[in-house]
Amino acid sequence: MLGEQRVKELVEGILARSTADQTEVVVLAGDEYLTRFANSTIHQNVAETNSEVRIRVVLGSRVGVATTNNLDDKALAQTLESALAIARLQPENPNFKSLPGPQPLPRFAAFGQATAGCTPEQRAKGVGAICLMARNKGVVASGALTTAVVELAVANSLGVFGHFATTQAEINTVIMSDTSAGYASDMALDLDDLDFEAIGREAVEKCLRSQKPRALDPGDYTVILEPYAVQDFIQMMAYTGFSAVAMQEGRSFMVGKIGQQIVDPRVSIWDDGTDPRGLPLPFDFEGVPKQRVDLIEKGVARGVVYDSYRAGKENKTSTGHALPAPAAFGPFPLNAFFGPGDATLDEMIAGTERGLYVTRFHYTRPVEPTRVVVTGMTRDGTFLIENGEIAYPVKNLRFTQSYLEALNRVDMIGKDLRLLSGMFLGGTVQPALKLGSFSFTGATEF
Amino acid sequence: MRTLTDRALNLAQVQGASYADIRIVMRRTQEINVKNGVVEGLSDNESQGFGVRVVVDGAWGFASSAILTPAEVDRVTALAVQIAHASALLKVRDLRLGPPVAHVGLYRTPVEIDPWDVSLEQKLDLLLKADEGMRSTPGVVVAGGSLSFWREKKVFANTEGAYLEQEIIESGGGITATAVDRQKGEVQKRSYPNAFARDQRQEGWEAILAMDLPGHAARIGEEAVALLTAAPCPSGETTLILGATQLSLQVHESCGHPIELDRVFGTEASYAGTSFLTPEKYGSFRYGSDIVNMTADATIPGGLGTFGWDDEGVPAQRVPIVRNGIFCGYLTSRETAQQLREIVGDAAPETSGGAMRADGWNRIPIIRMTNVNLEPGEWEFDDLIADTDDGIYMELNKSWSIDDKRLNFQFGTEIAYEIKGGKMGRLLKNATYTGITPRFWASCDAICNQNHWRVWGTPNCGKGQPGQSAHTGHGTAPARFRNVQVGMIK
Repeated sequence: MLGEQRVKELVEGILARSTADQTEVVVLAGDEYLTRFANSTIHQNVAETNSEVRIRVVLGSRVGVATTNNLDDKALAQTLESALAIARLQPENPNFKSLPGPQPLPRFAAFGQATAGCTPEQRAKGVGAICLMARNKGVVASGALTTAVVELAVANSLGVFGHFATTQAEINTVIMSDTSAGYASDMALDLDDLDFEAIGREAVEKCLRSQKPRALDPGDYTVILEPYAVQDFIQMMAYTGFSAVAMQEGRSFMVGKIGQQIVDPRVSIWDDGTDPRGLPLPFDFEGVPKQRVDLIEKGVARGVVYDSYRAGKENKTSTGHALPAPAAFGPFPLNAFFGPGDATLDEMIAGTERGLYVTRFHYTRPVEPTRVVVTGMTRDGTFLIENGEIAYPVKNLRFTQSYLEALNRVDMIGKDLRLLSGMFLGGTVQPALKLGSFSFTGATEF
Repeated sequence: MRTLTDRALNLAQVQGASYADIRIVMRRTQEINVKNGVVEGLSDNESQGFGVRVVVDGAWGFASSAILTPAEVDRVTALAVQIAHASALLKVRDLRLGPPVAHVGLYRTPVEIDPWDVSLEQKLDLLLKADEGMRSTPGVVVAGGSLSFWREKKVFANTEGAYLEQEIIESGGGITATAVDRQKGEVQKRSYPNAFARDQRQEGWEAILAMDLPGHAARIGEEAVALLTAAPCPSGETTLILGATQLSLQVHESCGHPIELDRVFGTEASYAGTSFLTPEKYGSFRYGSDIVNMTADATIPGGLGTFGWDDEGVPAQRVPIVRNGIFCGYLTSRETAQQLREIVGDAAPETSGGAMRADGWNRIPIIRMTNVNLEPGEWEFDDLIADTDDGIYMELNKSWSIDDKRLNFQFGTEIAYEIKGGKMGRLLKNATYTGITPRFWASCDAICNQNHWRVWGTPNCGKGQPGQSAHTGHGTAPARFRNVQVGMIK
């Protein structure tokens, strides 16, 4: 941890030295520890201390970015000069309006002391509980436990200054037998909120239950998706369509659909960086406060997320969703929520005459982005449901399915929400889903 | 540097390490993105730091820091030792590294024109010309181009006497045209020279000049627009000819990953997955047809998987992977090479094949692809098309997915053409194909020759926790596969 005072001195020094019309400094610093286990033993155990300084300068409408992780004065001066040189040598960008000005930033705490103070021995004890449980059941455990302290600061010459320190603790595990696998994961701000025994139990039980899977013909099936699989719906829709860039370039599934019903009216998806049920962050990588953005509300397409550059193209204001400059990928909803329903997993199973129960997806990729057609595999626990009960485990299947069309066949939505890790300090929150039909197009051998 | 490396290695040994190594890495990258005539992103990035890896009480520990001072070296080394002690709490047995590695030397990527000696104006001028060329075709909504340059200097030293200095230089670039039919809600794109807007090589600015991005821009724009009105790829079983770039990703996913011995031994199970190429298949399993020969070759000039020594100090090697269709080799580390010998005995090499690579100072080395290649066959491309009565030619990847043992795969390509009566026919869009890895490679009945073979770069191969992105190379020439399922989109 650098601490707010040290960060403030660092960024003020750069801003004072800069000759640019506008200057922005982003500091991302942290200490991250990861204990990785496989074959029920620790095989990788690592630590990292790093601090990155990202300087963006503006000359007229020309923008240059340079980064360094060397915090001595000489290196910082060189990095500033690199950014200036880059800006000087390029043509004016008529789409660039300005860096964002200062706005009141929300203040809240999202810091777990147990995470920050975690020792290697404590991490070994945590993963040890899962490994021991696996050994006792004659199966093998693999996975990773991460504990991290992260510090984000953004300042610019227009008066923006924000500093936020947070923590993240995450455990995930795959338990394997000769013929099966089971998965579970959890994350929290504070390590004390992770229940290693519960995670181990969930994955071990799934592994034992999915032994000796039978082959099943591909085809269209009713599916019950655990939240691990539902997360992919949010991420793929975010990737293909929830960004202003995708809208402006005409490749989003939301183009021409704002205000129209595009999925089942029980489906609502929004982004809210300040909701404590997620991984809250008060501002984005430009220092703009995070706004709640309704992406899909009761099945109706409502809007997309903006950073200042893409907002400027439409004379709008940023919604607080910038990624680190130059952010060629564009803005992104890092803290998305899929609204809950009122069903339990047991109720979903009990109401299914014939269908598939899917723990999670693997290696999903968009095939046709404008319809959000995605292909991927099932993994770590797939079962056939018959007459309201789980009948037997099945070998993994490949699906090729439009997520939009699938969300027009919603049968039930789970009432319990699960937080799962995402990108750039973000996390998504989602329930389980039961969908009337899902297209499986292939099968594998295990 | 010697002062810092000696300090870390001595301290690690004093604190009980039976083995230690340190890597000091300085990486500089430059990224340039142009879109529709405007410079959307231009950044120069530097990262430096060191990582200390130790074996204490038969278990691994690793710690790293961006602060290059003697005091920080002491703190990080002690932390690595503490972490290794914690790892040992769950160990089943002591790890073994096999024979010591004690090479000393220097390696630098040979370049004709250092990319950092080329002015920004020159780089932007090239991209903006290509951008303009793509937008000369009505219907191109987004024209984009990018250049990427990479320089990594690293020092490796270990307690066995190795001291190695390397400098790796890479140059990458490419263009993409996106055409949109707003009424139909359809989007098509074409890229050059490789998928996802760039090919990358261990070469200098000469690699970018050889791409001739402006010279291909108009064609790429025209093809993107033509795809909007092209016929969809039909569904069914047919003969498939894959172009070299698509084949490079096919090799990457269906050969490169399953031969990583850490995956085989389960140490990637919780993230990337495991492998169907288990040790009992070593030396006897039919992976492909008789004409399929594959190698992992870290010595090829220009390949992204080329180096002097890997990040355990093991020299670059050419390792046979598939010989006449039979699976015969893995990508290995020092530790996994010993584990393999315990299972298959003297059939396996005594030492590592040199495939341990780390994504920077803050990551531990893990087994990564070097340049995993499909060796050239005997066919001229025109003869291969003329010899194909009915089939589809697909090129340049658009989507890719494969299961966690690397068996069931499905790929989509940007462009495809019908083949009828030995001739290329009509343009096809939204082409996809699927298969099971060993059945697919067993159906390979023709591979083009050296005239059509080159090494392609994959600069974004993800693996490991915490995540690491590797730069890998794949030498391929177009090849033909029989009875392949195509057209998976409803």
